[in-house]
Amino acid sequence: MMLSVRDLRVSFRTHEGLVRAIDGVSFDLKEGEILGVVGESGSGKTVSLLAVMGLITDPNAVIEGSIRYRERELVGLPARELRRLRGSEIAMIFQDPMTALTPVYTIGWQIAEQIRAHKRISKSQALERVEELLAEVNFPNPREAMSRYPHQLSGGMRQRAVIAMALSCNPALLVADEPTTALDVTVQAGILDLVRKLRATHNSAVVFITHDMGVVSELADRVMVMYAGRVVERGSRTELFSDPQHPYTRALLGSIPPLTGEKPHRLPAIPGSPPSLLRLPEGCAFGPRCPVNYEPCRAGKPVLGDGNHAAACFRVQA
Amino acid sequence: MIEKDRPILETRELSKRFSIGTRFSSQGRRTVHAVDNVSLTVQHGETVGLVGESGCGKSTLARCLVRLYDITDGQLLFEGDDITAKSLAELRPFRRRLQMVFQDPSASLNPRRRVGDLVAEPLRIHTKLSSREITKRVAELFDLVGLLPDHVMRYPHEFSGGQRQRVGIARAIALNPDLVVLDEPVSALDVSVQAQIVNLLADLQEKLKLTYIFIAHDLSVVRQVSTRIAVMYLGSIVEEGPAEELFATPAHPYSQALISAVPVVETTPSGQRRRIILTGDVPSPLNPPSGCRFHPRCPIAVDKCRVERPALTEHRSGRRIACHFPTLK
Repeated sequence: MMLSVRDLRVSFRTHEGLVRAIDGVSFDLKEGEILGVVGESGSGKTVSLLAVMGLITDPNAVIEGSIRYRERELVGLPARELRRLRGSEIAMIFQDPMTALTPVYTIGWQIAEQIRAHKRISKSQALERVEELLAEVNFPNPREAMSRYPHQLSGGMRQRAVIAMALSCNPALLVADEPTTALDVTVQAGILDLVRKLRATHNSAVVFITHDMGVVSELADRVMVMYAGRVVERGSRTELFSDPQHPYTRALLGSIPPLTGEKPHRLPAIPGSPPSLLRLPEGCAFGPRCPVNYEPCRAGKPVLGDGNHAAACFRVQA
Repeated sequence: MIEKDRPILETRELSKRFSIGTRFSSQGRRTVHAVDNVSLTVQHGETVGLVGESGCGKSTLARCLVRLYDITDGQLLFEGDDITAKSLAELRPFRRRLQMVFQDPSASLNPRRRVGDLVAEPLRIHTKLSSREITKRVAELFDLVGLLPDHVMRYPHEFSGGQRQRVGIARAIALNPDLVVLDEPVSALDVSVQAQIVNLLADLQEKLKLTYIFIAHDLSVVRQVSTRIAVMYLGSIVEEGPAEELFATPAHPYSQALISAVPVVETTPSGQRRRIILTGDVPSPLNPPSGCRFHPRCPIAVDKCRVERPALTEHRSGRRIACHFPTLK
């Protein structure tokens, strides 16, 4: 197993008390696999992956559990060691590419710097590599793009430049946090193609965080659905989309308007809104919004079972 | 009723141009053609969806339609009255019938005022209701959009995104408008909340006999709410038609690419759809390409497209296409 996360808990000390953003998340990732993580805002999808990257530096954060990357424990690893892993073996791309780019240097300079931080090669060799990388992410004129500043590029081009930067050291694991959310569907299609190509050519494993079920169904091998800091369902893409088990997954899939065929008169909506992590309901966090009325849900929190396809729901497990 | 036969809103070759820079800046004064020759007719009770990539001018057009922007060229008619160049005072009677809901409710609601107060504001400005009548009307509106009566005393930050958008909607319908322009009303909301707001808008439309102009980048949401859809590219409408028909058989190569790019949930992995991936980015509206504005990215462009700009012509009833070689089925 390339990445193995066990019982990960992330809490933040706040004025209003301890907020548990991640409550016992476990998952595995094989080499060359694409894992889709779906959830709404506040579901903990980003925080759990930031924890894996060792990027939660808030002094009020408490991280517990185990994150093993290629037989190496990452929780408690010194910052220097983590930094060596990040960028070379593990790379990350974010929703807004401007947060990963500095406005005052050219694209070429920034990617070359990243390469030289991890590899002992000359500046001109690094720049050659940058040109290759930009061509790989479909820049029509890579040499010209290298001399551009981020503000001179469109949103889609910036995201491709960040992907080129992430690929610069041939990462074994790429974590992508909503990389296409700010982009138009036409541009998104190109980026998704790129991620698929990356897996095919470099055999990189990818964790793809998104709120868009459609994106997951087109890209992921396996899917993990999160709600209020917990994994509520996990399975292969086919299992999850042809036979969703958890009421939340089912409701979420049901509330997406269809692109073809008959239009429903009304959309089957989920009542209420995602709960605040400060005031989680008793028992199952989805309970108050759940169409299934079942006694045990109000008492305890359901636990995700073993097996490839599992749902954290008392009703399903009963 | 004669009124019903007349379109509620009509634009005739409407254009909006912005000029940027000064004559001293490096490239001098330049003109952005944000909306270019748009002719669109909206009938009573229908929902017209506007779709297109960011920068295609759909939001600018929306703002022109409610006269938040001054119109550079062309005409804007509201129930046959030309309101293109009406002054602010002359516009007032039209304003109450022509409202707008914005994308980000936390940006369009004043954080320092109670939401009851925010919803009451249009009533205070446009009506002569007494304060007791206003309170009653606000309570009615809160009920209509699915908020609780005691919510009136709260501040916008005390609400979730979905509830805030309900406040924005309550304020837009406070004056019983006829037409509401909705600019990305569900884009900032969580997926599980979007469907609630879409349903709420449908209910209100039925109850209050509203006409909508609905803008969103999520094509499946637009298809769900719209009776008719106009696809925009670089400031112009390239295709327009009944919602379901346009999605089933898009005729313009741009509409085809746009619709094919939407990721959909496939329950059977075998049913892969054909995807058209467009190369390049949307050209800058500062110097739009010659001929058909889509030709640099079009998979079927020929020489004619580089020179001659196709007009938006009616191919069959209610279906307008601006392409020399439309796919007609």
